[in-house]
Amino acid sequence: MTNLLEIEKVSKSFGQVKANDEISLEVAPGEIVALLGENGAGKSTLVKSVFGLVKPDSGVIRINGKVIEPGDTASAIANGIGMVHQHFQLVPVMSVTENLILGDEPRKLGVIQMKEARNAAKAISERYGLDVDPDAIIEDLPVGMAQRVEILKALRRDVKLLILDEPTAVLTPQETDELLDVLRNLAKRGVGILFITHKLREVMAVADRVVVLRNGKLVGTTSPKQSGEAQLAQMMVGREVVLRVEKSQAKPAAPALKVTDLQVLDDRKLEAVRGLSLEVRSGEILGVAGVEGNGQRELVEAICGMRNRVGGTVFIEGVELPNLSPRAAHDAGISHIPEDREKHGLVSSYSIADNLILNTFDKAPFAKGWIRNHDAIAKNGITLVASYDIRTPSPNLPASSLSGGNKQKTVVARELSQNKKVVVAAQPTRGVDVGSIEFIHNQLIAARDKGSAILLVSAELDEVLSLSDRIAVIYGGKIVATFDSKSADRAEIGRLMAGSNA
Amino acid sequence: MKRLPLSGVLIPLLSVLVAMFFGGIMIAVQGINPLYTYEVLFETAFLSFDGISVTLAKATPLILSGLAVAICLRAGLFNIGAQGQLISGALASAWAGYYFVGLPTLIHIPLALLFGATFGALVAFIAGALKAYRGVHEVITTIMLNSMVIAIADYLASTPFKEPDQPLTRTPAIQDSARIPDIFGLPFGFFIAIAFSIALWWLLRNTTTGFRIETIGRNRNAGWYAGISVKRVTILSMLVGGSIAGIAGAIETLSITGRFEPAFNAGLGFDGITVALLGRGNPLGVIPAAILIGGMRASGSTVQFKTGVSPEIVDLLLALILFFVTAPLLARLLKRRHENVAITSGWSN
Ligand SMILES: Nc1ncnc2c1ncn2[C@@H]1O[C@H](COP(=O)(O)OP(=O)(O)OP(=O)(O)O)[C@@H](O)[C@H]1O
Ligand SMILES: [Mg+2]
Repeated sequence: MTNLLEIEKVSKSFGQVKANDEISLEVAPGEIVALLGENGAGKSTLVKSVFGLVKPDSGVIRINGKVIEPGDTASAIANGIGMVHQHFQLVPVMSVTENLILGDEPRKLGVIQMKEARNAAKAISERYGLDVDPDAIIEDLPVGMAQRVEILKALRRDVKLLILDEPTAVLTPQETDELLDVLRNLAKRGVGILFITHKLREVMAVADRVVVLRNGKLVGTTSPKQSGEAQLAQMMVGREVVLRVEKSQAKPAAPALKVTDLQVLDDRKLEAVRGLSLEVRSGEILGVAGVEGNGQRELVEAICGMRNRVGGTVFIEGVELPNLSPRAAHDAGISHIPEDREKHGLVSSYSIADNLILNTFDKAPFAKGWIRNHDAIAKNGITLVASYDIRTPSPNLPASSLSGGNKQKTVVARELSQNKKVVVAAQPTRGVDVGSIEFIHNQLIAARDKGSAILLVSAELDEVLSLSDRIAVIYGGKIVATFDSKSADRAEIGRLMAGSNA
Repeated sequence: MKRLPLSGVLIPLLSVLVAMFFGGIMIAVQGINPLYTYEVLFETAFLSFDGISVTLAKATPLILSGLAVAICLRAGLFNIGAQGQLISGALASAWAGYYFVGLPTLIHIPLALLFGATFGALVAFIAGALKAYRGVHEVITTIMLNSMVIAIADYLASTPFKEPDQPLTRTPAIQDSARIPDIFGLPFGFFIAIAFSIALWWLLRNTTTGFRIETIGRNRNAGWYAGISVKRVTILSMLVGGSIAGIAGAIETLSITGRFEPAFNAGLGFDGITVALLGRGNPLGVIPAAILIGGMRASGSTVQFKTGVSPEIVDLLLALILFFVTAPLLARLLKRRHENVAITSGWSN
């Protein structure tokens, strides 16, 4: 069979960083190829080159034997390449149909043919078995649905090759399974698929072939049949990775964070947290397990002072936190790893060093009174970049130059290096490679052992199960059950998460 | 923080050149040699001591009004109201300049400047507070405030503050003790303006307040997360911008016009928008931008006299510059070429 996509000796450098170094790889029609690699290995750069978002320094990219114009998305699209970006590119206030036609509206005499567009949207979602309501407004949709709209958008033109960059990072396990089904279906229709993920389970589930990058080089090709998860992890990182968390027995002390009868509204002013109470003691990790959208985000933001509490109280070591003051929460001893690193966690045009002091910029040693101390900021940048293994040639580069996972590590480094009494970690390992997950988990456990109270909120049930000392299940804005992690039963937690009160 | 210096200078430079190219076509259409026109313009504005002196005098209020816009841009605010803030400051300083009699110069000038700053800030405060507490867009409020300030200033200069016993709508002339002198033939106000530019640049870079302003300008949400009071910083930035615009009006009054008259100061605040954008929102970039535009303003009439080109050509050139410096086109062209070097958008996020 001839290859659908041929990448031949593609290289790309950013300054001194060789993001891609003579990479060659092929994708056949109907084949699902998973692209694996550490954070900063060059995966996004490679697929962006294929889609024309990045212009390679050298090398050739062919679709069905035809060379596509380097650095030109129009050429990529015309040749049947579709791409789903890690960050949604949808307009939240518009409907599904409107988003699908955006930029390429069907017109008659300059007037957009909405009815036609709607029918087309319906037809295409049926054709691919992607069930989406064409009239729904994007911001009302759960993430998994929005993701489908992204895929539909990519598929709208006759797509031969579909690229997905970490499509499952924000999906629930169930949504992920549905997405994997969609991918299998597309492959059956002959669409070639190139997708990036850090989750080995997904690779094992759908990939026909696995390609591993490390430091910009292709270090191996294998398949789920030949290599297991542990082997894949080792290929990526170049060393053995402990996929299971190893931790000692927690020695919890007095309660550090106490939330009582908390009530919080979501962005649409609907009650998202309804009278929730919880308690985290110093020296323990309380994991909140739940399907996304059950009030986790609102809970975290309300604790950290970023969202209005319409009822209830938050105490840190017996001192009540004022409402709506992130500053007060911080000063009272809360570290917050926010779930959305691009929106809240980083200023992407600031240097990495400035991002590493984003919420301590006015504290010693980073400021002496009113004056910023650039030396201390630079030194802190160098130290944290080294100790948290943030892959960059220099902490003076803007955060926008970091790969996704390294951005996450930057936020984690900033928050965990402050040794606060309470750590609120929302999706702390989202988009992070297996080696760095291990590292971040160890850091969280180290913080626990130093006496921090840690509230872990994660969409990864495995992460919650393996890291927590106690597990609280959240459903409909309330904690419906709390378990000791040793007595926790995965199946039962799953049932509770789904809302059955067994 | 780090920006590619190349694009910071290249885009403004290119936009000036492209504007001059299109402006040149318009000049040629009038049957006049554009190269000769530009030569005369350049000669008049920059090639003699007198020329430079006039240019710098014209540039002085533009540096300040440019700063007034630039500081707000850094906080993510578009201060279209420099004009109103400047007029408010001009009138207040004119009043302080004529009302207080018998003060020593060393007290009178700073006092009049303080009046200008305060009343400029007052106008800006209204827009800042409405933005912070009511979410009203600053572009709308500052435009409305411009009209209100102009109307109020007209009234004040025609009734309570009017110079008695003569028909014109204007305030009395300021006392000699409030006059800002030239030094070595150069306008003293120019040095004040430069000092403001350097001070603002330094403050933005080196103080925690500067960091707060930059942070909310680049990513408001991250600023909120980091514990910065977005409301307070919004108001503060408008206050700083307004007081600098007020000082622009005050210096113009105390060194050039010597009194307040409604027709004075026309467009100084609006040119400040062009200056700030051409200077890419950088307090230091504002200086060359203001000198360039000041030079064009200074030599307009000479150019008309010598070449016969209509005087609107200066406004046309400024409009073209504004167009090209804001059009994303040039930036995108450049970005393509340099995409392997991280270019960040500076103050715009
Ligand atoms: N615009 C840029 N400017 C400078 N360096 C960049 C830029 N984009 C990427 N890089 C660098 O190139 C390397 C590869 O980045 P890339 O985004 O391809 O990694 P990745 O494999 O997708 O990682 P992740 O799993 O974290 O998303 C990294 O070292 C990154 O810092
Ligand atoms: Mg990536």
